Amino acid sequence: MLQINNLTNAIDGKAILKGLSLTLNAGEIHAIMGPNGAGKSTLAYTLGGRPGYEVTGGSATFDGANLFAMDPHERAAAGLFLGFQYPVEIPGVSNLQFLRESLNSQRRARGEKDLTGGEFIKLAKEKAALLGLDMEMLKRPVNVGFSGGEKKRNEMVQMGILDPKVAILDETDSGLDIDALKIVGAGINAIMRKPDKAVLLITHYQRLLDYVQPDFVHVLAGGRIVKSGGPELALELEREGYADVVGTELAA
Amino acid sequence: MIALALPTWRDEAWRYSDFDALARVWPVAAPTRVTVASGETTHRHLVQDAADGATAIHDYVIDIADGAACHFHVLNIGGALGRVTLDVTLGEGAHFELGGAIIGGGHQTLEIVTTLNHALPNATSQQTIRSILAGHSTGSYLGKIAVARGAQKTDAAQSVKAMLLDRTATANAKPELEIYADDVKCAHGATVGELDKAALFYMASRGMDPVTARTLLLQSFIAGVFDSVADEDVRAMLETAALAKLEALS
Ligand SMILES: Nc1ncnc2c1ncn2[C@@H]1O[C@H](COP(=O)(O)OP(=O)(O)OP(=O)(O)O)[C@@H](O)[C@H]1O
Ligand SMILES: [Mg+2]
Repeated sequence: MLQINNLTNAIDGKAILKGLSLTLNAGEIHAIMGPNGAGKSTLAYTLGGRPGYEVTGGSATFDGANLFAMDPHERAAAGLFLGFQYPVEIPGVSNLQFLRESLNSQRRARGEKDLTGGEFIKLAKEKAALLGLDMEMLKRPVNVGFSGGEKKRNEMVQMGILDPKVAILDETDSGLDIDALKIVGAGINAIMRKPDKAVLLITHYQRLLDYVQPDFVHVLAGGRIVKSGGPELALELEREGYADVVGTELAA
Repeated sequence: MIALALPTWRDEAWRYSDFDALARVWPVAAPTRVTVASGETTHRHLVQDAADGATAIHDYVIDIADGAACHFHVLNIGGALGRVTLDVTLGEGAHFELGGAIIGGGHQTLEIVTTLNHALPNATSQQTIRSILAGHSTGSYLGKIAVARGAQKTDAAQSVKAMLLDRTATANAKPELEIYADDVKCAHGATVGELDKAALFYMASRGMDPVTARTLLLQSFIAGVFDSVADEDVRAMLETAALAKLEALS
């Protein structure tokens, strides 16, 4: 579904991704781990098309189309979802309005009809319940005054409502308490573990992977994938640390 | 009637105006007088939506008697020059509230100029101005507050925020305080900003098209200006006119 080939990028002229290749097939869940500053969020933002994240080489193909030829909102309409490490606050715009406009924009881009107000509220209620987020919170401005964990739950409610084909989830587990982690993990499985979907989980810890079991685990260091393996690689990393598993110079 | 000389930019209240546009309608008609009798409350609104290229000058002289209140709402969006001036005198314990929105594009010059005379004690005033400026437009708020000797316990607040959509647009905000009493509160704040890029990317990442995203952020920026409009139909009319203008900007 998503094929990333030898991707290089730069922020303010500084090279961050240095030849990254990765393929996500339908039905697969991949986890990316790696030291702070390795370029994990940069990969997510670059795929999402964040301004300032310049693609300097390589390619990314999404369902056969050139991802980098699309604007960010077109990537979303094509089925890409980005779960933010730091969800953005938007004072004055309610979550419901934000999501309804987003979903209807996507639907129009795909040549589908807008959802009616009633249809949308029904969908929002269902997904909020799935993630254990109080519907009242969705009436409040986007992420304003939400705790760290509530913001992450809210990201997953958004994912549920938008129903993407490929989700890149950047540290969705950070900031969640033990119970919330379980709920969010179950939510990710319910929404995304399907034969026609794929997930890229960016995480630092095994604990999320206990709930959302990955098919593949990759180590990103210094702007490249330096090691790939099965679910056991995450356990090995947790036990031994990056330096022992991928070598001191790569882990730096 | 006295044929007044055309003002120049040296006149404080005209500093940022468009004198070519002004010359086309000078001298202007006498101001509209609004008198609010003691103990009463009046709601007034004005949509300045003159045709493209036109000059529209709306001058008001407002007298608010003791214990009376006036709520004034202005949407200033039309013409080459659109200027709304309010000269307000407050009696003892009177209240004046202004909610003003300026939305400009092209080469428009849009102005709200207020003079509040807090003549007697215990009067309060609250002015909220939000400007959204695109293209080569200029939006100005000049707000003078004069607190007379003896007008103790005056509480006069101004909140002025402008959003520039293009580098070529200009926002002016000029509060001017003339205070001759010692026990008064005059709070004023003015900021100029631009659209939040992080919010725009977040919205795009959820699939929202850029025009909708921008309009939503701009609507939220001016939300609040018309909150205190008592009549729901009037509020809806003001909000609809503001939205139409915002959509025309993009
Ligand atoms: N706007 C920016 N300007 C300059 N450098 C940046 C910018 N954003 C990120 N970087 C740099 O890019 C590198 C990769 O950052 P990134 O956020 O992708 O790391 P990460 O792998 O997500 O780390 P973490 O685990 O801490 O979230 C870092 O060295 C960071 O300082
Ligand atoms: Mg990161």
